[in-house]
Amino acid sequence: MKKAIITVVGKDSVGIIAKVCTYLAETGVNILDISQTITGGYFNMMMICDLTGNKKDFLAMQDDLTRLGEEIGTVIRVQDEAIFESMHRI
Amino acid sequence: MIQIKEVLETIEMVEKENLDVRTITLGISLLDCIDSDVDRLCEKIYEKIATRATGLVFAGETIERETGIPIVNKRISVTPIALVAGAACKTTEDYVKVAKYLDAAARVTGVNFLGGYSALVSKGMTPADRLLIESIPEALSETEYLCSSVNVGSTRTGIDMDAVRLLGEIIKKTAEATKDRDSVGCAKLVVFCNAPDDNPFMAGAFHGVSEGDAVINVGVSGPGVVLKALEQAKGRDFEYLSETIKRTAFKITRVGQFVAKRASELLDIPFGIVDLSLAPTPAVGDSVADILKSMGLEEPGAPGTTAALAILNDQVKKGGVMASSYGGGLSGAIIPVSEDRGMIEAVEKGSLTIEKLEAMTAVCSVGLDMIAIPGDTKASTISGIIADEMAIGMVNQKTTAVRVIPVVGKTVGDTVSFGGLLGSAPVMPVNGFSSEGFISR
Repeated sequence: MKKAIITVVGKDSVGIIAKVCTYLAETGVNILDISQTITGGYFNMMMICDLTGNKKDFLAMQDDLTRLGEEIGTVIRVQDEAIFESMHRI
Repeated sequence: MIQIKEVLETIEMVEKENLDVRTITLGISLLDCIDSDVDRLCEKIYEKIATRATGLVFAGETIERETGIPIVNKRISVTPIALVAGAACKTTEDYVKVAKYLDAAARVTGVNFLGGYSALVSKGMTPADRLLIESIPEALSETEYLCSSVNVGSTRTGIDMDAVRLLGEIIKKTAEATKDRDSVGCAKLVVFCNAPDDNPFMAGAFHGVSEGDAVINVGVSGPGVVLKALEQAKGRDFEYLSETIKRTAFKITRVGQFVAKRASELLDIPFGIVDLSLAPTPAVGDSVADILKSMGLEEPGAPGTTAALAILNDQVKKGGVMASSYGGGLSGAIIPVSEDRGMIEAVEKGSLTIEKLEAMTAVCSVGLDMIAIPGDTKASTISGIIADEMAIGMVNQKTTAVRVIPVVGKTVGDTVSFGGLLGSAPVMPVNGFSSEGFISR
């Protein structure tokens, strides 16, 4: 199973999670885990996603989410989960 | 499962602390290109590099997007050209022709640098080695991407003092040949003792004869990340200090290992080594000097500097070894003056001298690096500097190197700017007493 980590960082506002989740549902990406924190008025959300059913390729999804992030005033990153596993797990 | 604070930590390392994969370097053997005809040799070399390295830049960009880790440079290293071109090149002009083909191959593949215009002469020079070395000034002044290195010593064989004398003159000539660009040619020329076969960093990278046909080596860097980690270690004991460096080095090296494996998959070329080198850049905070300061020194150069650097280098290596079974290259802390804002400041304040830097090279991972010296420094004095540095490497079984730039028309008090990652440097004073009688033996 190929997994991605999606992070959303920006000013908190209504509907951020809804918009990102709607896009992922339409694209066939399953969300395995969500966590979020708010530090210094900034909204930090992280989602671990399963890309097995992803209808688009990785880079196209990344482009879509970058654009969506700009529309809602946040920065959305999509990164291969393996890079975090390598760095933080022995 | 991965926690949000771990994810945010990684992102912060990239965005605020300049964590990057400094280079993916593709090593290519050119031994199968050897030919007695120089034109055929050039064509074969061009063909092999262009074929093998197709997709290198694209692979780098893909991994950058997948992981979110910037991959700053994509580079190529080749078999030392003196070995490859010895049968074909009868004059220095022949060698310069090969240099131009190498440069064209680098351009067409879109890489940032190509290293390996090199000779290995730690025991003695063949006529081919000598011709290549003599062609370096012209080769470097007429190419854009080419980097050159000469290994003049090793712990097993000692130092070839004839090569040391010759290279003093070659460095002067290279400075003269590129005097319209602040003698930048010298920034692409490294003199080594105990040069590693698998170093991915420029200007000293070449594809050693002990390597396979093609191999991916990755250099990862992150002085800024170590600096940030050490800020919260202020005032704590040496054990805590060492632990902090080691943990951070571990994390950074794991990034390199991942990127190297992915590049190897995408290009279908075996993965060689990961080199974790704390290589500074002119960016604020991305500085080995700042790390030394955060360890408790007022300025680099203050008594204690060599010891602090030894701790840093040792712990970086230990963290790296734990993180990757494929450690190699130089791995440690690199102290290029012009590329490190903190080092430049220490020179300007009078804290850091060439003599202190020389002592530091006994414990850092390479040597006297990117140091601008007055343009009127004598060739024999430069050879003296090289001889000292080679002796440190030979006796201590470590890699040492010299990359000094005698900037034509500039003297102590002037500043030179090389641009980009090469940075800018104040011209440093050199001991004016003569080494002539020793070097000319």
